[in-house]
Amino acid sequence: MHATTSRRGRRTIAAVAGSAVLALLASACTGSSESGGTDDSASGKDVTITFWHGWSQDNEVKAINDTIAAFEKAHPNIHVKAVGNVADDKVNQALRAGGDGAPDVVSSFTTNNVGMFCSTKAFIDLKPQLEKSGIDPAKTFPAAMLNYTRFQGNQCSLPLLGDAYGLYYNKKAFAAAGITAPPKTFSEFAADAKTLTIADGDSYKQLGFMPLYHGYESTTEHFLGQYGATYFGADGKSNLAADPKVAAMLDWQKGMVDQLGGYAKLEKYRATFGEEFSAKNPFHTGQVAMAIDGEWRTASLAENKPDFDWATAPFPVPDDQAASYGRGYQTGTIVGIASTSKKQTAAWEFVKFLTTDTDAVVNFANAIHNVPSTFAALDSPKLVGDPNFKTFLDVAKNPNSGTTPASVNGGGYIVSLQNLGYDYESGKQTDLKAGLAATAKQIDTDIAQAK
Amino acid sequence: MSLAFGTRKGAGTTDPAAPSTQHLLRRKRRREAARTLAFLSPWLIGFSLFFVYPLVSTAYFSFTKYNGIGAATFNGLKNWDYVLNQLPTFWQGLRNTLWLVLVMVTLRVAFGLGIGLLITKVKNGAGFFRTVFYLPYLAPPVAATVAFAFLLNPGTGPLNHLLGELGLPQPGWFSDPDWSKPALTLLAMWGIGDLMVIFMASLLDVPKEQYEAAELDGAGPFQKFRYVTLPNISPIIMFAVVTGVIQTMQYYTQAIVAGKVASGIAGNSGQQFEPGYPQGSTWTLPQMVYNLGFQHFNYGAACVVALVLFAISMAVTSILLRRKSGFMASDD
Repeated sequence: MHATTSRRGRRTIAAVAGSAVLALLASACTGSSESGGTDDSASGKDVTITFWHGWSQDNEVKAINDTIAAFEKAHPNIHVKAVGNVADDKVNQALRAGGDGAPDVVSSFTTNNVGMFCSTKAFIDLKPQLEKSGIDPAKTFPAAMLNYTRFQGNQCSLPLLGDAYGLYYNKKAFAAAGITAPPKTFSEFAADAKTLTIADGDSYKQLGFMPLYHGYESTTEHFLGQYGATYFGADGKSNLAADPKVAAMLDWQKGMVDQLGGYAKLEKYRATFGEEFSAKNPFHTGQVAMAIDGEWRTASLAENKPDFDWATAPFPVPDDQAASYGRGYQTGTIVGIASTSKKQTAAWEFVKFLTTDTDAVVNFANAIHNVPSTFAALDSPKLVGDPNFKTFLDVAKNPNSGTTPASVNGGGYIVSLQNLGYDYESGKQTDLKAGLAATAKQIDTDIAQAK
Repeated sequence: MSLAFGTRKGAGTTDPAAPSTQHLLRRKRRREAARTLAFLSPWLIGFSLFFVYPLVSTAYFSFTKYNGIGAATFNGLKNWDYVLNQLPTFWQGLRNTLWLVLVMVTLRVAFGLGIGLLITKVKNGAGFFRTVFYLPYLAPPVAATVAFAFLLNPGTGPLNHLLGELGLPQPGWFSDPDWSKPALTLLAMWGIGDLMVIFMASLLDVPKEQYEAAELDGAGPFQKFRYVTLPNISPIIMFAVVTGVIQTMQYYTQAIVAGKVASGIAGNSGQQFEPGYPQGSTWTLPQMVYNLGFQHFNYGAACVVALVLFAISMAVTSILLRRKSGFMASDD
C-alpha cells in the first residue's frame, strides 16, 4: 500500500508542481508593453508625469529639481514626479512592464542604449512632436549630439546636456620645460609629451602624457574623436577594418606608448594613480603633465586647487588633419518619452522644456558643470564665463566633433575595439590588419545576433 | 502489499463489505497524499518559485531573441550557435572559470585543512588563532578585494615594496594577466575562515582511540593522517570540494571588483567598463551572464551561458558525489 500511495503521491505532487511551473511560466512570458497615449494637459487639465533620471549627488539633484520647478511654474497644470538615481537596467524593466509606476519621461547617462531604446520602440519617435513644435533639430542641437540621440532615422531621444573632451595641461610643467603653447598636432603633442617626461629610476617623476587605454579617459573612442573615424558603413556593417583612420589612431597610440617608455613601464606607473574622480587624479597630483578629459574636470580642479596653474585647449589632431583642430569627442545625457506613457502630451512639453528652453539648459549646465546641448544655450551670455570651460563649449560647437553612434547592442562594438586596443598596446596583438578584420567581423556577428 | 490486493481480487471474493473497504482505503490514501502534500507545500512552493521556474524560464529564453523590452521571439538554436561557435570570449571565460575551480578550490581546501590541523594542535592561544584566521571570512567581499588590490598594487603596494627590499621579483598581480588569477586565489585563501571552522570541528571529532590504536601498531604522523584522519574527515572534504566548486562556478564579485580597481575604470555612469581586466584574464562565465544580459541586452545568449554553468556545476557535483568517499561514507 505504501508503494501505491507513494507512487500516487508522487504523481499528485508532480502534477501540482508542473501546473504551478506552467502557470508561472505562462504569466512570465506573456508580460508585454502596454500601448501609450496622449492626455488632456493641452486643454489645461491637471496631469502628473513621472520622470526617472540618474542624478544622485546633492548638487545634481538640486539642479534637476530647480529645473523641474521652473517647468512647473511655466506649466502650472503639469506636475512632475521625479525619481532619481535610476540605472538603465531598472529603466528597461519599467519600459517593458509599463503600468502606473512606470516612468513617462526617462533620462539616461549613457548614449550606448539609444540604439536599443529606438529599435525596440521603447521610446517614441520624437520627430512628429519636433515638427509640430516647429523645432528643427539640425538647427537646434550640435550634430554630434543629434547623432548619438537617434538610431537609423528614429529620433527617439534628445540631448540633455553634454560632455566634450579636450586637453588639460599643467602650465607650471610647460613653463619649466620651455613649452609656450599647447600642442595642436600629434607631432607637436608627441614632442611635448617627451619633453615633459622626467624619469625617476625605472619609473617617472612626471609623465608627459599617459597614453594607455586604461589611463582613465584616454580611451579608443575618445582618441578616435580626433580622427573623425566612421564606425559603420552605409550598409550598417563595421567599418573599422576599412577606415584607415582607425588603424592610424591605433598606430599613433602605440607609438606614443613605445616613445614614453613602453607598455610594462607605463602600466606599472599607471598603477600608482589615485582614483579618477578624486583629488588623487594623476593630473591633480602632477603625476602627468597633460591629460585628455571632459569638461567636468574644470570643476574638480577648481575645487581641489592643485599647487600649479593649469589650462585647457582642444586636444591635438593628426598632422594630416591639422585644419580640423578644435574638434573633440562628445557624449552626454539623453532623454526620451516612454512608449507606454499615457501622458505623452504633457511628457513632450516637459522634454521640450528640458532640452530646448535656453534658460533651463543654461541654468542646469551651470549648476552641474556640463556642456549645454543647444546652439542657443552654447552662445548664451548667462553661461558661467570661465575661459577653461569655454574650450569645451567650442568643442561642442565644432562641426567636426564626433561621437560614437548608437548601436542595437549598446556599446558592444566600442568594447570590441577597446579590447583590440588593449591587445595592441600591450603587444599581445602584433598584426593590426588581422586584428582589425577580426574585430570588425566580431562586431558584425554580435550586431546580427542582436537584431 | 499490492500483491495482497491482487490475490484478493484473483480469489474473486464476494465479501459485501469489500467495496466499502476499498472506498475507505482510497479515502485514506487521498488523506495521506493530501497530508504529505500539505507538509511538502512550503518546500514545494519555494522549490518551484526559486528553482524550477527560473530554470525553466532560462531554458525557454535561451531559445528566444529577447532584449528585455520587446516580446521574446523564438529563434531556435541561434543563441546556442552564437555563444558556442561565434563568441570567443565564452571559451576564454570557461577556461578562466575552470582554472579557478581547479586551482582555487584545491588550494582553499588544502589550506583550510592545513590551518585546521595546525589549530587543533595548538595548546596555548588556540582561541586567538581561531579568531585571527576566521576574521577575514567576515570581511565583505568588495571591501576585502579593494583592500587586496591596494596591498598588491604593483606600483605602491606594500607587498611589492617588501619583495623589492628582499631583492625578489615584483609581480604585477591584478594588473598582470599571468598573475591576476593567482592574486584572486590568494584573496580566496585569505578568507579561509569558513573551511577552517568545519575542518577543525571534524578533526576534533575523530575518535582518539583510533589514533591510540594506530600508535600501538607503530603508525607515524603521516600514516595516522593517511589511515585515520583522512577516512574520518573525507565526507567533510567532499562537502568542502562540492560547495567550493559551486561557489567558484558563480565567481563574480571579487573578479569584477579587482578588475575595476586595477584597471582604473571606476565604471561610473556613462563609462564603458568591460570586466576581465587585465586582457580578459579575470573574465568568468558569471560575469559574462551579467554582461550579455544587462549590458548588451542579449538575454537569450546570457541564458545559454547560465545553462552551461548549471550543466557544468551539476556534472562536476554528480561526479564528486558518486565517489565512494562522498557524503555516504559517514553512514558506512
